[in-house]
Amino acid sequence: MSTYRIQGRGRVNHSEPVYFTFDGKTYTGLRGDTVASALLANGVHLMGRSFKYHRPRGAVSAGSDEPNALLGTRRGKGQFEPNTRATLQEVRGNLETTSQNKLPSLKFDIGAINDASYMMFSAGFYYKTFMWPKSFWDKVYEPFIRAAAGLGVAPSEEDPDDYAARYVHIDLLVVGGGVAGIMAALTGARAGAKVVLVDETAEMGGALLSEPAVTIGGMAGWDWLAAALEELESLGVQVMTRTTAIGYYHENMVGLVQRVSDHLDHVPEGAPRERLWRVRAKQVVLAQGALEKPLVFDGNDRPGVMLASAAQTYLNRYGVKVGSRAVVVTTHDSAWYAAFDLAEAGISVAAIADIRPKIDAELVSKARALGIEVLPSHTVITTRGRLRVKSVSVAPVSNGAVGTSRVIPCDVVLMSGGWTPSLHLFSHTQGKLKWDAEAQVYLPDVKTEEVEIAGAGRGLWGYGAALEDGVVAGRTAVKALGLRATARAPGVGVDRPGTGIMVKDLPTNGDPGKARAFVDFQNDVTAKDIRLAVREGMRSIEHVKRYTTNGMATDQGKMSNMNGLMIASDALGKAPPQVGLTTFRPPYTPTTFGALANYVRGHQFEVTRKTAIDSWAEENGAVFEPVSQWRRAWYFPKDGEDMAAAVARECAATRKSVGIFDASTLGKIEVVGPDAVEFMNRTYTNPWTKLAPGRTRYGLLLGEDGYIRDDGVIGRLSQDRFHVTTTTGGAARVLNMMEDYLQTEWPDLKVWLTSTTEQWATVAVNGPNARKVLEPLVEGLDISNEAFPHMSIAECTVAGLPARLFRLSFTGELGFEINVPASKGRVLWEALMKSGAEYDICPYGTETMHVLRAEKGYIIVGQDTDGTVTPGDAGLDWALGKKKPDFIGMRGLKRPDLVASGRRQLVGLLTSDPKVKLEEGAQIVLDPNQPKPMKMVGWVTSSYYSATLGRTIAMALIEGGFDKMNDTVYIPMPDKTITAKITGTVFYDPEGEKVKL
Amino acid sequence: MTKFSALSLVKNALTGHKGWTEQWPECEPKKEYDVIIVGAGGHGLGAAYYLAKEHGITNVAVIDKGWLGGGNTGRNTTIIRSNYLYDESARLFDHAVDMWQGLSQELNYNVMYSNRGCLMLAHNVHDVQSFQRHIHANRLNGVDNRWLTPEECKEYCPPVNIDKNARYPVMGGALQERAGTARHDAVAWGYARGAAARGVDIIQNCMVRAIRRGPDGAVMGVETDRGFIKAKKVAVSASGHNTMVMETAGVRLPLESMPLQALVSEPVKPCFPCVVMSNAVHAYCSQSDKGELVIGSGTDQYVSYSQRGGLPLIEHTIAAISEVFPIFNRMRMLRKWGGITDNTPDRSPIIGKTPVKNLYVNCGWGTGGFKATPGSAHLLAYTVAKDEPHPINAPFSLERFTTGRLIDEAAAAAVAH
Amino acid sequence: MLLIHCPYCGETLPETEFAYAGEAHIARPENPSEQTDAEWVEYLFMRSNVKGVHFERWRHIHGCGRFFNAARHTVTDKFLTTYKAGEPRPDIEALTGIKAGVKEGEK
Repeated sequence: MSTYRIQGRGRVNHSEPVYFTFDGKTYTGLRGDTVASALLANGVHLMGRSFKYHRPRGAVSAGSDEPNALLGTRRGKGQFEPNTRATLQEVRGNLETTSQNKLPSLKFDIGAINDASYMMFSAGFYYKTFMWPKSFWDKVYEPFIRAAAGLGVAPSEEDPDDYAARYVHIDLLVVGGGVAGIMAALTGARAGAKVVLVDETAEMGGALLSEPAVTIGGMAGWDWLAAALEELESLGVQVMTRTTAIGYYHENMVGLVQRVSDHLDHVPEGAPRERLWRVRAKQVVLAQGALEKPLVFDGNDRPGVMLASAAQTYLNRYGVKVGSRAVVVTTHDSAWYAAFDLAEAGISVAAIADIRPKIDAELVSKARALGIEVLPSHTVITTRGRLRVKSVSVAPVSNGAVGTSRVIPCDVVLMSGGWTPSLHLFSHTQGKLKWDAEAQVYLPDVKTEEVEIAGAGRGLWGYGAALEDGVVAGRTAVKALGLRATARAPGVGVDRPGTGIMVKDLPTNGDPGKARAFVDFQNDVTAKDIRLAVREGMRSIEHVKRYTTNGMATDQGKMSNMNGLMIASDALGKAPPQVGLTTFRPPYTPTTFGALANYVRGHQFEVTRKTAIDSWAEENGAVFEPVSQWRRAWYFPKDGEDMAAAVARECAATRKSVGIFDASTLGKIEVVGPDAVEFMNRTYTNPWTKLAPGRTRYGLLLGEDGYIRDDGVIGRLSQDRFHVTTTTGGAARVLNMMEDYLQTEWPDLKVWLTSTTEQWATVAVNGPNARKVLEPLVEGLDISNEAFPHMSIAECTVAGLPARLFRLSFTGELGFEINVPASKGRVLWEALMKSGAEYDICPYGTETMHVLRAEKGYIIVGQDTDGTVTPGDAGLDWALGKKKPDFIGMRGLKRPDLVASGRRQLVGLLTSDPKVKLEEGAQIVLDPNQPKPMKMVGWVTSSYYSATLGRTIAMALIEGGFDKMNDTVYIPMPDKTITAKITGTVFYDPEGEKVKL
Repeated sequence: MTKFSALSLVKNALTGHKGWTEQWPECEPKKEYDVIIVGAGGHGLGAAYYLAKEHGITNVAVIDKGWLGGGNTGRNTTIIRSNYLYDESARLFDHAVDMWQGLSQELNYNVMYSNRGCLMLAHNVHDVQSFQRHIHANRLNGVDNRWLTPEECKEYCPPVNIDKNARYPVMGGALQERAGTARHDAVAWGYARGAAARGVDIIQNCMVRAIRRGPDGAVMGVETDRGFIKAKKVAVSASGHNTMVMETAGVRLPLESMPLQALVSEPVKPCFPCVVMSNAVHAYCSQSDKGELVIGSGTDQYVSYSQRGGLPLIEHTIAAISEVFPIFNRMRMLRKWGGITDNTPDRSPIIGKTPVKNLYVNCGWGTGGFKATPGSAHLLAYTVAKDEPHPINAPFSLERFTTGRLIDEAAAAAVAH
Repeated sequence: MLLIHCPYCGETLPETEFAYAGEAHIARPENPSEQTDAEWVEYLFMRSNVKGVHFERWRHIHGCGRFFNAARHTVTDKFLTTYKAGEPRPDIEALTGIKAGVKEGEK
């Protein structure tokens, strides 16, 4: 065991050693240690290098506000993460840690050359240089800046771990497990409220864990803590350690992230690494305490210089001496208590230098009794030491004049610049803060949510005050819940009350322009950087922050914001509230992506919708394509076929005999009611009144702007019932639009709308032999051409299944679409396959569907239209009910630009070389020899090789295309220009005889 | 104005950086200006700069209710690209991209324009068709943009997952190599410094309460919380608040303001060489000079000025990033913030004259205003100085909503079938 | 995440169950064909975009499916009230003491 561990002391388990590695070397810690406490127990202070100057750095804190001690951590393959705070990560077996931002090693880092030339790297230096020669920026300067920046390295392998998420609805959420939080939780629980208490560290207790000398309720503080936690448990309070409240959202929703298994040697089977909790609490108590501020003086960043409270925590919570000889520098009484604890534990405390001239006499006499030299009205001039502090120079200050300094040898410097109330979550609510001029801190003011702040967050100090305030906050919450509170605060025997002052950078007798007095340790922002920013005209704290990067490190200003503000205020000669406060933004501490993504990964990222026939397609070798949320069979390749060959075969088979297609993804909406026909008249462009039951019609839907939104074949089943089909991607949009008009514009219409997309499986059978395949399966309906002509609809039985049968065609061949209950889709499909076997029925996918419809000039909304196409542009003027008084989009169609000449119109295109297939999206010009930018007159919307026609075909939107029939146009490609002739859009069976078989 | 150079930096370093002066002075408003620009973001400050530099109009004030650059200029994800579909948009944004190339030298302020390229991923056949259409149109417009296969996408940006079994498999991508990112604050500061050096007054923390019009209907000046300031011309470029300012002059705008959230990860060493956008998955990512992954989110669905944002949107944004770049699943989110975007019905901006004489507007940039900053500023200055739009911004008029001549980039990428 | 009271279901439920549907009380003109271009553009595109109390529509899309109206403050995002489609605009000042349509900076 190392000389820095005190046997038996602290809350770590001295009988359970844990082995971990740091930069390849194995170290021994104890169960309950953080990586930082275990390294300090081994005498290791040097844990990292800073961002800009690559200065050697050690842990400055013992909590989540740590800016320096950030390590890469690894468990196994794919389980690496950078920038882990050594002060929060617990040691475990199997933990590998590595220091960051060093080259080649932590102890000898050539990047530290930046440190030697630090005067060059002042705030915002990069805005002023690296501009000449211009070409050097991309190739030399920027790569250099980028390589120097960053901290750890990003993970390079896929994460094998699982993450989870849960919702919880409760009466009271208490954030912060210190004494105020515990009392608030107890107050709530005793009143019968459903309570959750969370703390980001491994154990409840907060600062009390670092101050065992305190006595509460007549017992040792830690005994009271144990009893309180036992009572919370017995009252059913959910007590969650290792759980960070990351953000406070609208209506009392708080996001929590629980670190479930990062502290475990072995992760239990199926356990997630982290879990996100979305808590909706009726009341919230924020008892997040306060954060200690560092002091700003030259050399305040050397390894061994740390917060006084951190040293106290390492001593009392982890049983670790942070050094052998300490000097304390402070502006607050709290550091005196830390000094006493250290001295009593046998660490030599050489001196306490306090900036304040007047100090509580009791503290002074106790210090003297412990043999500590007391230096009131003293400032720190500098520290010395390369990889570890070796001495500190202090000097008296009198009437603003700094006297002669003296050097005190030491191996740790403990600093305290007072305490900042931790109000991050309160700020997330857009709660207003108020500057308390006396205490020189921001305190909570106007609230926007059902929230109470308790304890040090309200600027209160001492255990008695915190316990009392926890009860008060708890009572307020309980009352708001309509319950009765009975809890009272326990009395405190030994307390540690205190006061302090807030200061800017410490006075010095050296050249302040040369001082390396750090404000933001990680980002290497010094006091002089902040003063330079002010000198250059940055007058708001937002500008100062952005110009210097103060507060933008991974601690998000927890350690630097207030010091930065005090220095900027001083430089501007204004009070801090006039300079402002940078907004705290979620998350409270950096939050793992995995926890936020939780279950929504891989195939759970988004649902994949599959039709009832999907399994058949998969078993029969279909290649699929994603279409909105669906996956659809794209083509069915046979052995050795590529897509082109498969599609050519599928097309030929359908045209020659019969093809079968799964059309189940088409949107389907049932429009029912006495006013159904009126509703259809008002929504779709077409006239519906005269459509007889049993007949169908192509329907066109516009937006109020007059542009095409959707289309589909619509069947009238009876006077008051329509079966509407929509595009696959448009189904939800169309139903939403219909509901909107029905509910809000025409609530008087008696119409009911139901989405039936997923109720029906839809199979299309097309080809000259389609009837022959279908007929044997149909009962209760004559499907001869005479009895059931093109564009008919009827209810019947197909393959023993109740069916809605459409006679329609999206291929130009004789075609039927059979709708049966979705659960029977595969039964129908297989029955049709069996019946079609003698006709060599051919299953085809979406690509063949596209080719066949293009040969007929049928448009696909979203491909041949793009949201800027009118019915007229698409040659669909015939679908407008011109005698109707109104339909959605009718007025929009009359806007000046929609009736102007020169609109792009949908035409066919045939390339001069029938083998050349145009690229979809290719642009069309009239003069291929013009310089760029060229005048483009249109674009290719659809383009295929047509096996039937033995050539390529295309459709295009071309300016004034209807009047340009047979004109030649040009399609300039990167390597050549293609010529093509404008034609009509119907390439196959222009008379439309085949659908009438 | 102290000229910035490596030499001046060295000189100042030797004297403890005491020689640097204010980059722009603090100003009290004068009684009268030739031009008042409402809104001290990159667009407004830039317009003042170009008014002074290219049109000789230096009696100009830029007035902002907060600190300069504190609006969307300092809140966006700094993506710069011009691979837009329509001729009008391509010209508008390419004009800006042209200006970005030399902006640091122009302003003597390093705005760190990083020419990293922007890769837009296609995840389905419809995406492929749409991106091909963009690429062809861009090529004939002389705008850089080319197609990459999934393997080429992976080579260009190694963190991209091109597993064919992914929920959203990568079917290719459109790459604009001229695209990139820049340091957003520096753009505002650089323009402010350049404008101030040419005599422009930058008045911060001064709220414009109303635009005052004379008996003839023309603009007379602005009412502010520091009193009335007379002006011959007023240009409004106050993203997020344009509706309110313009309403005081009786001009209605087709805008809805919606919050847009963005976030960054903890900083890491260079691992992400370009900008990647995946519209289908809603993942937008690049890496800043500091090493943070800069990630864009979608806009909230409702009108809001709160910038607060909710947890579900962040969960969705991060899930999208982990879907496209699974190796980042153990990275950590460091900071999230919101901005207020002005959205037009066709998702294209409005830059031009208004029905009120001598009142001009620059608004409706939605989520994409930063990339246009130098171009927009340049065109707004032209429009104000000449009292007529530049040919590039002429199509981006307010009247287009009445005539129906929209420039609908969003509709052009519509998903259906 | 906002909580929204559906006036049809009578329950207050999370935002993710609802879809925003734009500004409220913009009625489709009785006879669109008689509208001038200027009137039609008002209906189609012009919105009040209030910084303050905003009257807007929501749809309980993952619930009862009904469209309803809401008054929400666009600075705090808080809902002041929700009411059924077709009901008149409520008097927000009487309801909450907040003046509807108050501009930023005014009291």
